[in-house]
Order: sequence, then C-alpha cells, then structure tokens
Amino acid sequence: MKKFGILFVALFLPIFIITLLGYDDEEQAVANAPKSELSLQNYTYKEKRHPREVVDHSKFEELQQDFEDAHKVTEACLGCHTERHKEIMETPHWNWSRDEVIEGKGVVSLGKKNVLNNFCIGISGSEKSCTRCHIGYGWEDKSFDFNEPTNIDCLVCHDQTDTYEKEKGGAGYPKASVDLNKVAMNVGSPRKENCGVCHFWGGGGNNVKHGDLDKAMLDCSREVDVHMTRDGEDMACIECHKTENHNITGKVYALSSENKNRVTCQQCHGEKPHNDKIIDEHLCRVACQTCHIPYYAKGNSTKMIWDWSTAGELDNDGHAMHENDQDGNHKYLSIKGTFIWDDHVVPEYYWFNGIASHHLIEDKIDTIPVQMNSLNGEYMDKGLCQKSKQPSKIWPVKVHRGRQIYDTVNKTLIQPKLYGKEEGEGAYWKDFDWDLAAKKGMDYVGLPYSGAYDFVETEMYWPLNHQVAPADQSLSCIDCHSRENSRIASLGDFYLPGRDFNAGVEILGILLIITSIIGVLTHAICRFISGRKCKMNQHLNN
Amino acid sequence: MKKVYLYKGYERFWHWAQAVLVFTLILTGFEIHSTYTLFGFESAVQIHNIAAWSFLVLTVFTIFWDFTTGEWKQYLPTGKNLKAQIHFYLSGIFKNAPHPAGKSILSKLNPLQRIVYGGLKIMVFPVMFITGFLYYYFHFPLQGVELSSLETIAVLHTLGAFAVVAFTIVHLYLITTGHTITSNLKAMITGWEEVDDEESKHIEEEILAGSRTVLKPANPKKKKRTAKQEPVQVH
Repeated sequence: MKKFGILFVALFLPIFIITLLGYDDEEQAVANAPKSELSLQNYTYKEKRHPREVVDHSKFEELQQDFEDAHKVTEACLGCHTERHKEIMETPHWNWSRDEVIEGKGVVSLGKKNVLNNFCIGISGSEKSCTRCHIGYGWEDKSFDFNEPTNIDCLVCHDQTDTYEKEKGGAGYPKASVDLNKVAMNVGSPRKENCGVCHFWGGGGNNVKHGDLDKAMLDCSREVDVHMTRDGEDMACIECHKTENHNITGKVYALSSENKNRVTCQQCHGEKPHNDKIIDEHLCRVACQTCHIPYYAKGNSTKMIWDWSTAGELDNDGHAMHENDQDGNHKYLSIKGTFIWDDHVVPEYYWFNGIASHHLIEDKIDTIPVQMNSLNGEYMDKGLCQKSKQPSKIWPVKVHRGRQIYDTVNKTLIQPKLYGKEEGEGAYWKDFDWDLAAKKGMDYVGLPYSGAYDFVETEMYWPLNHQVAPADQSLSCIDCHSRENSRIASLGDFYLPGRDFNAGVEILGILLIITSIIGVLTHAICRFISGRKCKMNQHLNN
Repeated sequence: MKKVYLYKGYERFWHWAQAVLVFTLILTGFEIHSTYTLFGFESAVQIHNIAAWSFLVLTVFTIFWDFTTGEWKQYLPTGKNLKAQIHFYLSGIFKNAPHPAGKSILSKLNPLQRIVYGGLKIMVFPVMFITGFLYYYFHFPLQGVELSSLETIAVLHTLGAFAVVAFTIVHLYLITTGHTITSNLKAMITGWEEVDDEESKHIEEEILAGSRTVLKPANPKKKKRTAKQEPVQVH
C-alpha cells in the first residue's frame, strides 16, 4: 500500500508541477476565451457595428452649385469646416516634408519635397507631374503658396463616387471631365480607393514602390491581405491608420527617420496574441510582420531593380520606346531605363530598431551601393537610446536596388529635371540629354553640378507592413530555425537554435557516438566468439 | 543461483521514468538541433520542455529519496575492485569469469557504474538543467538572464546531449552482460536480481546484520538502568 502511494506521488507530482509552472494565468484566460474569434482590443467586428449616416452633403445648398473650378469647392468646404485647413497645413500630406531628427545630422526636413529616392529620383523641377499625388491644386514649382487654404484638395481623399481623378501633368488639378458638383455632394470618410489612388500608384505604376500596397487590395482574396479582403473584415486603411484632426498615423521609412506617430499590430492584437508563451516571447526580438508577411507583391508584381543608365535609347525614327516583359510589366522605357519586376517575393530580413537614417541630397557618397535610407539596428542593440526602450527586432524588408545618375566630381547624387511639357526645356523625358537634365535639375535645387556624371548603384529599404497572410500561411518555426534555407541566414550576429551549431562540438559528439557504437559492437562480437569457444571447450571437456 | 529482491519499487519507477524522459529529450532535442525531422519543430520544442520539467521534478524528488533512504551512498566512488572491474570488461568477460564486484543491497553498483552514474547525476544532468534553464529564460536583452549570446549555453547543452547519447548506447549494451543476457533487464523490471552463491551468502549476511540492527533496543543504556532499578523496587 505504501509502495503504491509512493508510485502515485512520483507519477503525478511531476505532472502537477508542470501544470503549475508551465502555464500562467493569462494564458489560461486566453484559453478560456472563445477560440473562433481573435481577442482584439480597440476593434469592433464589422457585423457588430451599426453605422448611422449623420450628415447628407447633397442636402447642403452650398454644394448644390456648378463649381467654376476646384478652388471654389474647397472654399465651400471651408465655409462650414472653418478651421480644418489649419490641420491640413500641418500634415506631411500637404507639406511633403516634416522635421525629423537624424542621428549625426540633427533636425532635418524630410519629405518628398527634398529627399531623393531610387525610383523617379525626386520631384524638384518635375513638380507638375509628381504633384498629381499632392493634396493640393497648382504646385507647379517653388512659387506654390502653401498658405493659401483654397489650394487644398479636399476631394481626392473624401470623394465617395470614384469619379474624381487628377490630370496627368496637371499639378494636382482634377481632369476637366470631373463633375465637381456631384463629387462635392458625395463626400465622406476616406475609403481604400481614396488612399490607394496615390499610395498604390507611387513611382509611376501600380505597386511599383512599396510592394505591399497594390490596387489588387481593393478586392483581394484572404491570401493576399487578410485584413482588407472582402471575404473578411474588408478593412479600410484608416481603420489601422487611425486619424484625428487630419493627422494620419503611420509613415513610411522611405521618408521618415524617427519612430513616432506609428501604427502597430499591437494596437488591436495586443502584446500576447498567440496563446503560446514561446511564440509570444519571440515578439521581443521579432516583428509581427516577419512571420505574418511571408511574401509580398502577392496581387501584382513590384519593381525590384531600376537601372537608369540604359535610358535614352530611341528607335530609328527618334521616338521613345517601351518594351514589356512576359507578365506585361515595363521591361524597358527610353525615358526611365531598364526594370526587373517580381511577384510573391520573399522579403529580405534586417535588424531594425525603428529608427532610420537618410541620404540627403547634399550628402557626399561614401558607400557604394549608396544607402538612400538605412534601417538602424543589430542583435546587440538593446534600444536603450529609444523612447520605446524596445530592442532591435528582425523585420521583413523590400529592398529596391537602382542605378542612378551622380556627379563624379562632387560625389553627390544628382537631381535631374525629368518632366517637361515641351522639348527644349531640358527635361530628360523630352530631350534625352542627361547632362542638360542634370544641369537644369541641380540649378533648380541650388546645388553645384560639375558637368561630369555617371551612374551609381543605390539601395532603398522599405519595411513591410501590409499584405498580412492568413494565420495558417504565416512562417513556421523551421523557416528560420533550420540549417539550410533559413530565412534569416544573413543575420549572422547571433546564435539561433536549429540554424547554428558549433562545428567542433558536432565533430566531437559524432566521434563520441561512433566510438561508443564501435566499442560496443567489437565487445559484443568478441563475447559471441569467445562464448562459442567456451561452449566448445566445455563440450570437449565433457 | 538464487534470486534476491534488489531494486525497490520506487527505484524501478524512477529508472524507467528517467529512461523514457531521457529518450524523449534526446529525440526532441536533436530535432531542435536540426539533426533530423520527426515531430515537427514546434511539437519537438513543446515535448522537450514538458519532458525537461518532468525530468527536473523526477530528479529532485529522487535526490530527496536518495538522501532519506541513504541510497546516495551507492554512488560514492570506490577504488576497491575498480581495476578488477575494468579488467573484467576487457578480458574476464570473454572467459566466462565471474563478476569481480559482487552485488549486494548496500552495493548494487559496481565501481565503474558508481563513477559513471554518479558523474551523470552530479555533472551531466546539472549542466543540462542549468543550460536548459538559461535557454528557457534567455531573452536578450529583455527579461531573464543578461547574457549577450546563446552560443556558450547552446554548446554546453549540445555537448551534454552527445554525452548522454554515448552513455545510452553503452548502457543498453551493458544490460546484456549480467549472468544471462536478460537477467539485468529482468531485474530492473521485477526488482529480483539473479545472484550467484557467493553473492547470495553475502546478501544473507547483510539481511541478518540488517535484522539485528532492526531488533536493537531503542535505548540500551536506559533499559539497563531500569533493569538495575527493578530489584530496588521489589525490595
């Protein structure tokens, strides 16, 4: 009986203690929650919402008029929403720049207004074309009045009719065909169509820049984007990019350095979303995006490489050419050079602590490829210098590689003038003369140009945030924890179980095992043989 | 040949529970080490952790048991018969020579076993537990242990694992070196070990010595005194 008691205790004590130690209360609480639903914070599921239309703009007399021009629509808007223009005028959407601190460079103004990229390089001298995506009317050149409230374009963000469209090369003005009256009477909160018209099409085509922002997301499957799919929550951009007083949270590291005013997964999903202690613990060094965005450009291809150095080849008649690849994407354009596109791209992975640095237009080139922006972080970075005190995490990144014009004497990147209405203005897209375009562009921004140019490799980093896959398609352990094909094979500054091993220990261990086996086998064989001998001897003796 | 009840119920339970847990740990551990794929990485980690906690509890409880029962003395290394034991494995065993270190209740382990099992208990397992804990609570640099690299921990843990595998191979083989091929295995299942005549004589003596100890008066001096006082009372 006593023996039985000991056995009983010995059997159940371990199990009892495991249950005590292995699971904390929180985990229990989550486990008790209904399994079918994610435990979300600050989010109400679509089916539980009861939206009510509180205002019908078509009933306002102010809007029931044939507007002479777009400025008049803004005037009408501001007639009721009297102070809203002040909010707009503080935003980077309006200014295309913001003051940010870059380590070693101090406070700098960063934005589309003055930062170069390795797509269409920069807007300076080509505003008329680029500002088609500006939330204003008439930004043609430096003379644009950023303090004039009626220059604001309310409609591009608030149109609900999908009929509002800006003119190509029109400095932000709408096409003449747009029925301003109809649009003005049908305004509301921005839908994904409103944001997408610029954010999907940046860089001169759909999904060119981000790789994870694509027109396909207007109507996509769960596989492409689990948040925005119409088969699910059909979320609009502003449901995550929460907005108050026209301050839209979230900003891309292509144009910002600091870690503030951000959108995070945690704002809805919380800090421990996995119902699994070990996976939740990964969040201290691995961004959610790393596992949950296993591929990007899932709807349409994105541009991976842009080589400006081949631009300028004309056909026999002296006309600009364009050639497509088999997927129908531009492979070569006389005005822009050669491109390589890709879809379902595996991201590259970097340590990132939320702080980026930027190559400013006046900066000397000191590394090749030139780092247009760089993401700070490393394994040893504990994040002590940051507000968040969060250590660097592993992030998935789209890296866009380019070759673009630079000044070989001054060792700076060049802002060429690209867009012009007519030939002879010096715009590269009309005259195909790099030297002239460089001169015009650098004159415009007030920086020196030596007259000697060449092309230099550049890299630009785009941390991924969108096109989150359904949970069952996220990365699994062995996508990183494996010796071969680890997704984070390039992050060699730390020891990762399953990926790393010590060669000496492996050899020593295997030798130890082999020696044991050989020893045991030899011993067994000797015993077998000598045993038979003994028996034979016994036999003989008998 | 006689049979003697050598391994108590708890001892056998502990041995087999430990065997199962160590097998599980090795099997899942080397999967986590990416040596092969068996359960799947995630399951391997979960099983490894549960087995590790169970093993820890079992080990702590057994050490407690060892001390309360005095069984810990079984692991004290001894030089007596050590050379003879080595000699037995290297040559005597082939000539059907008898085991040099006879088994008895107070000495179940031969001198080599004492060293190896004791070494596992106080060297290998503690290293595995400590490095395992560091593994478990290593979240540089947030919570837990502030070590800048997992490498040292991982290397020690892996070394220990290789040692345990080597031990297991040799141990499994040595099971077959009892009086018959299966006598050691049977003993560890039933508790009854086959012993030769000399051993059984020795064990009988041990039991008798033990029974004498059991029957010893609780406080002999006191008893004497009361015995002396008795006549006084009578008077």
